[in-house]
Amino acid sequence: MTNVVMPQMGESIAEGTIVRWIKKVGDSIDRDEPLFEISTDKVDAEIPSPAAGVLTEIKVKEGETVPVNSVVATIGTAGEVQSAAPPVQTLPEAAAGQPERPRTNGSGATAAPGAGTAPEEAPGSHEDLRRQKSSPLVRRIAQEHHVDIAQIQGTGLSGRVTKQDILDYIESGQASAPIVDETRSPAPSPGPTYKPGESVHIVPMSVMRRKIAEHMVLSARTSPHVYSVYEVNFARVAALRDKKKAAYEAAGAKLTFTAFIAKVTVDALRQFPIVNASVDGDNIVYKKDINLGIAVALENGLIVPVIRNADDRNLLGLSRAINDLANRARSKKLNPDEVQAGTFTITNPGIFGALYGLPLINQPQVAILGVGSIEKRAVVIDDAIAIRPVCHVTLGYDHRLVDGADAGRFLTYFKDKLENFDESWT
Amino acid sequence: MRRDMQVRRLGSVTYGDALDLQKQLVEERKADAIPDQLLLLEHPPVITLGVKTRSDRSHVVATPEILEDEGVQILESGRGGDVTYHGPGQLVGYPILDLRPDRCDVHRYVRDLEETLIQAVLTFGIVAHRAPGLTGAWVGNDKLAAIGVRIARWVTSHGFALNVSTNLSHFDFIVPCGIADKGVTSLEKLTGNRLAMRDAEDAVALAFARVFERTLIDSDSALAPTPRE
Repeated sequence: MTNVVMPQMGESIAEGTIVRWIKKVGDSIDRDEPLFEISTDKVDAEIPSPAAGVLTEIKVKEGETVPVNSVVATIGTAGEVQSAAPPVQTLPEAAAGQPERPRTNGSGATAAPGAGTAPEEAPGSHEDLRRQKSSPLVRRIAQEHHVDIAQIQGTGLSGRVTKQDILDYIESGQASAPIVDETRSPAPSPGPTYKPGESVHIVPMSVMRRKIAEHMVLSARTSPHVYSVYEVNFARVAALRDKKKAAYEAAGAKLTFTAFIAKVTVDALRQFPIVNASVDGDNIVYKKDINLGIAVALENGLIVPVIRNADDRNLLGLSRAINDLANRARSKKLNPDEVQAGTFTITNPGIFGALYGLPLINQPQVAILGVGSIEKRAVVIDDAIAIRPVCHVTLGYDHRLVDGADAGRFLTYFKDKLENFDESWT
Repeated sequence: MRRDMQVRRLGSVTYGDALDLQKQLVEERKADAIPDQLLLLEHPPVITLGVKTRSDRSHVVATPEILEDEGVQILESGRGGDVTYHGPGQLVGYPILDLRPDRCDVHRYVRDLEETLIQAVLTFGIVAHRAPGLTGAWVGNDKLAAIGVRIARWVTSHGFALNVSTNLSHFDFIVPCGIADKGVTSLEKLTGNRLAMRDAEDAVALAFARVFERTLIDSDSALAPTPRE
């Protein structure tokens, strides 16, 4: 004999009203055939029979409201006398005699995180047993804790596993340990494998390419990147550069926009030390030195030479260092220590025409400045339209340390110092 | 990956025909012969009674003669809820969804339908809200969209009715959903514009896909398909 209960149609639903019995007492019924209709709030639901047999008793009349899990009817075999007290059964008969599957461990299909409820299986199966023994809430708890409900002795109706049962079970430590979060271990490369004869040309990565690949994956995984983009008017910098270019050339240095940007960056890093820092476990490491990396594009890769103690240099010194390092980077004559110990990096996607870039942080730094193309644009100055050289500057920052407000203050300072570049610095 | 949801824009369909179509689609959905469906349509003027009011017509206030004169039918339906009115200018949505495995909660389903409607009407600059203890999407004390749902083995039918440019005077024939102290409204009344049903359909389909995390299959749409994940 199987008890038919008022089903729980939602976590917050405590009771249901029987609206209509589709079958009468004495009617034979198949498993999953519609048996009755219930109503909860605005939703009406048709409830299928949990078992095959004959409807032997209806305990709740149409229009009556009963709590969830109350027995509303019983299904037995033909001729069964409903007054004969049935023996207490712990399991619905649909599951009787069904061999129990071995308990699934954490990686089993029924416990896989995010997989939702396991797909429906054949009638009378393990899944069936679990469903009849538990409410959706209990099943969800089970799924979250990777517990196989079939392993729990239920104390509810017909051996159903109640919420208390499962919480007790989990508390008792019998539940298997949660699965290791897969996102924490490096993801295996899901790339395709090619067979000989396919229309591809395969070249091994250079050492530099492999290092860039590793470093970029590490950076993307390590830092939650956030970006702020500012528009900077380069009119004053352009005018100063025109004015001083010849003098710098005479001194053996090429005065570039990058030198101006480097100078102001160093100044801003001094003002906002959180941008010139690193994360070490739960500590924030403020760097006393400002070692400025300048990304240099090479034919088949890129390298970031570092200007050590960049804040000790004036504009001429920065210009010289930038020219020197860039030239030696391109001719592969950098010393190993000249690409180490950077505390902040400037990269310049603008030289290829990008309006602005969204660069990845050069670990273990916490921010990177991307310089977009410097182009003449129509800008509004004092309600008049004027043509000015304009650059979009991006700060990519590690949100573990640097908040949007920090980035905003940094970039506002940076923009102001560039737009009103101090001539005494030249 | 997101599940597919087929959108069917059916135009004007009688309540009875739509009921038959839903019955058939529910069976096909239960058998997993078709993906989730969202039927979008309009009904000719009709007053429908929910399961609770099958034998109690006190919430229909117009006389049979008036209704006949106005060409309004009265029908029983298998959905939940009280009495309601459908008619031209009202966007009716019947989702035939399998709520398994992850949405088996009727309250959540109704809340998600409300969220869908609230997001959809936001497209037209209308900020609708839920009303405590009641279902549907409301603006002030007026109901903009009604909800009445049926679920069989976690496959849904019936659904929602959004007043786009409905003749609101037809609601005077009934006490909508048995709630006497509230009114009804429409997008046309709220925006002061007559909206194309097509635009309302697009807004509802997109919001539905977003809320229910479905990928739209909408052969009749000018909209780009939602991206697969």
